[in-house]
Amino acid sequence: MDWYPLFNSLRIAALSSVIVFFAGIAAAYYAVRLPRLVKGVLDVVLTLPLVLPPTVVGYFLLLLFGSRRPLGIALGRIGVKFVMTWYGGVITAAVVAFPLLYRTARGAFETFDETLAQAGQTLGLSNTYIFWRIRMPACRQGIIAGVVLAFARALGEYGATSMLIGYTPGKTATISTTVYQLWRTGDDTHAFLWVLVNLAISAAVLLTVNLLERRQKGGQHI
Amino acid sequence: MSLHVDIRKRLGSFVLETAFDAEDAVTGLLGASGCGKSLTLKCIAGVETPDEGCIILDGETLFDSARGINRKPQQRRVGYLFQQYALFPHLTVERNILTGLHREHDSAVRQRRLRAMIEMMQLEGLEKLRPAQLSGGQAQRVALARMLVNEPRLLLLDEPFSALDSHLRDQLQPQFLALLHSYGRQAILVTHSRDEAYHLCSQLCVMENGRIVRDGATKAVFADPRHEAVAHLTGCKNITPARKVDEHIVEAPAWGLRFTAAQPVPDNLCAIGLRAHYFHARAAANRANVQWVGELEEPFEWILLFRYAGQDTSTPPLWWRLPKDRKPTPLPDALGIAPENVLLLTR
Repeated sequence: MDWYPLFNSLRIAALSSVIVFFAGIAAAYYAVRLPRLVKGVLDVVLTLPLVLPPTVVGYFLLLLFGSRRPLGIALGRIGVKFVMTWYGGVITAAVVAFPLLYRTARGAFETFDETLAQAGQTLGLSNTYIFWRIRMPACRQGIIAGVVLAFARALGEYGATSMLIGYTPGKTATISTTVYQLWRTGDDTHAFLWVLVNLAISAAVLLTVNLLERRQKGGQHI
Repeated sequence: MSLHVDIRKRLGSFVLETAFDAEDAVTGLLGASGCGKSLTLKCIAGVETPDEGCIILDGETLFDSARGINRKPQQRRVGYLFQQYALFPHLTVERNILTGLHREHDSAVRQRRLRAMIEMMQLEGLEKLRPAQLSGGQAQRVALARMLVNEPRLLLLDEPFSALDSHLRDQLQPQFLALLHSYGRQAILVTHSRDEAYHLCSQLCVMENGRIVRDGATKAVFADPRHEAVAHLTGCKNITPARKVDEHIVEAPAWGLRFTAAQPVPDNLCAIGLRAHYFHARAAANRANVQWVGELEEPFEWILLFRYAGQDTSTPPLWWRLPKDRKPTPLPDALGIAPENVLLLTR
């Protein structure tokens, strides 16, 4: 059996989670500070990929990165091509998973007690230190939940991915596109096997989160 | 040691306009909640920025809108004790205090200063606990330790006792005062409690609606509040609108009486205040007939409620407070109050 889809799915989900982690946290951090009206508009724009059908997101991405579109042509000149490549899948997964992290992180940042940051400032701690060593740890529950949700969503992404990078065995095939392809060609045995693989990964992710949470809670009461 | 503050800041419809000079060891900012006390402290610390004005600490300009100076809070070396203490919830007591020692690069010195501070604040045995596991008094000591170990030039104390229950508050205040004096730096203490202000502060600025309405030595402010809001905040129970009649005579229409005051009556007089402790059954001055309408018993004092004979029925009764053993029987028909105890108030 060819394990390439497993490898490809994991690398797409992992890389897009890293991108989403930084982009989502940056967006959430600044969104909290914006005036209400601007924040409302930005919120709608940043959350759209969550509610739009994935095929619509895929269509937008094709409009943007298509080989005959201005951005696609410009990227093509420097040798970067997102259509029909595995790293195009990273872009799709990141776009689709972004709102999950953005929204949970924003929720966590909104409940953060600003006096903690102010206390750090008056003690002379740098703003970078305060962000990474005080704000992030204090908000870690929400952020971890967001990362896990984003990773799970990226792993399961099908609609936009199949539109932008299609299905090429050994190149762009992911677990979800492989399941569809195997079912379509009547290979039920292998399709079911991949379904089991996907179930195992999802269960492992959720289990890890639960373990992490329990350890943190335990640590606080020693 | 001196702090000069003269700032303006607009927040929606609220306008903060504070100006004061603090010279004493502990200066109090007394006011009702929402009057701008904490905002003033935050502007001094630099975590909020005034719209205009200047803040000068020991000759060093921390903020000056005219000259475009605004030092970062990190550069001001001003300690801030927050109302809820703002301890970092994910760090142990020890690590919380160590954040105040981040400028010390020699780890042996850092450990020695940490140990000394833990000992001074009586935090032995709590080093490995997290803030959620501490009592209110312990959390206050950790926050103080974290602030003091940072060696700030000025201490800003934002309602340091409001998170504690009243028993603990009374117990901790003398220790707190001793600590402030032994640290030897100037402190600004924000409070809404007149007792706290009286116990801890030698100089007092009373704030109302973003402005300082009375400023002076604490005892002088309590003895002669001058401003109606200051009389309320310093605990004067009997306040009524009044107008000037003569150089030393005022009329209080709601009580149907004229009072003689020891001090000259200002032209812009708007009210008078009579402290509940200062009535006397046998005083001849400002004597008037009273009707007794009720009493409230406190652990060590009586509060006797009365109305003047000619008092407007829509106005509340007056308070007379006296120690338990001094309650006269039968209650007198008339009460007097010395002219120097008639507080002349403006707005």
